[in-house]
Amino acid sequence: MTDSGFRYDAAPIEVKGLTRRFGKKIALNNINLTTSSGRVLGLVGENGAGKTTLIKHLMGMLKAQQGEVKVFGINPVKDPVGALSRIGYLSEDRDLPHWMRVDELMNYTRAFYPDWDVTYAEELLKVFRLDPSAKIKQLSRGQKAQAALLTALAYRPPLLLLDEPSSGLDPIVRRDILTAIIRTIADEGRTVLFSSHLLEEVERVADDVAMIHEGEIVINDSIENIKAKHHSITLRFHEPQPDKPKIEGALSINGKDKEWSIICNCNIDEITSKAKSMGSEIYQDTPPTLEDIFIAYAGVDRSIIKEDKR
Amino acid sequence: MIKIHISTKDGVPIFQQIVTQIKHMVASGRLAPGEIVPPIRVLAEQLLINPNTVARAYKELESEGIFISRQGSGTRVAEKGSTLDYAERLQVLTERVESLLVEADQLDFTVEDIIELIRQKNKLFYTSERGKNIND
Repeated sequence: MTDSGFRYDAAPIEVKGLTRRFGKKIALNNINLTTSSGRVLGLVGENGAGKTTLIKHLMGMLKAQQGEVKVFGINPVKDPVGALSRIGYLSEDRDLPHWMRVDELMNYTRAFYPDWDVTYAEELLKVFRLDPSAKIKQLSRGQKAQAALLTALAYRPPLLLLDEPSSGLDPIVRRDILTAIIRTIADEGRTVLFSSHLLEEVERVADDVAMIHEGEIVINDSIENIKAKHHSITLRFHEPQPDKPKIEGALSINGKDKEWSIICNCNIDEITSKAKSMGSEIYQDTPPTLEDIFIAYAGVDRSIIKEDKR
Repeated sequence: MIKIHISTKDGVPIFQQIVTQIKHMVASGRLAPGEIVPPIRVLAEQLLINPNTVARAYKELESEGIFISRQGSGTRVAEKGSTLDYAERLQVLTERVESLLVEADQLDFTVEDIIELIRQKNKLFYTSERGKNIND
């Protein structure tokens, strides 16, 4: 552990040029991602986009084929103890030893983490209303998620990696899980990365959003900037348009005849003058929801954008 | 407890939703001058949102002179209204009126229609909001 490279001032997560192939399929393609301390990063993308694969690299469960992965300056494959002692991890499938009781699970996990906080663990047990004598295999899906989150939080790690923390949970349990996550965010300097396909949740909880689409990062910015840069615009043409109008910077164009809706990453003044030159007017300009932006990027044909930018 | 409704359906940034709704509460008297507002962490947990977002909204409200924060005694509603000067206040309102006029024109309403609507709403706004306050 002496030469692990740990630095207090190092970024909690630093991924550079990470590429991963499974056979011929490229799961991650040249991923660059850095988080700063104390921020909450929402990792979004469709199922199979590469979110879990990226998180597994951060945990050292997968070795980088190309590029570099560091957690607080530590390579998690070379120094798993140094990295994992600083990470609280909630896996997508919550792989818990199902034959144990809840209190046994707590004692078992505690043995691995010198920083385990007994008082805090008991507090979480109460908040989640978990019965310490219950067998894990008899817990509901939500209770399993809560038990898993408890063991990820109880040693107060400076970095939390949560893979789909509220996926498949009913609204009440999801609320409890989100509350627990929000409470931990407020702890000084705690950095959180959570993946989710629930964009409403991401918008509520995250400071920054990284969107993975087909193994590539297509957005990586603060929610505030993302909202400021993207527009949801309705254009009204003076004449009906038989074909989809081509508009630079547009991620999606939908509509017919005189009225077309556009989601774009664009400067509003430029698009206004462009619209005028095409014989149309901007009739509405509203901030898009994260979901609008997400769908627009997921459906975008990048070859068309490149062609337009020529 | 402050009643704020957060929606992620209409695209308005969450911090902006908080700012707007708190301004509304102050304007209608549901938040009284000098009243202590909930700490950032408490409101964040209540609304199920990132505490940094609440902090951002509070900062905005402070910079506009609606909130005052003093170390140790928490954040309060300022004693008097906005500290923006007349020109700034006029500017804010002018922008709103302009967009209202555009919208009304597109929806085929006259200026008289707008004025009438404002009168009606103004009446309702004060009776219902002040009324709630008394009943609370």
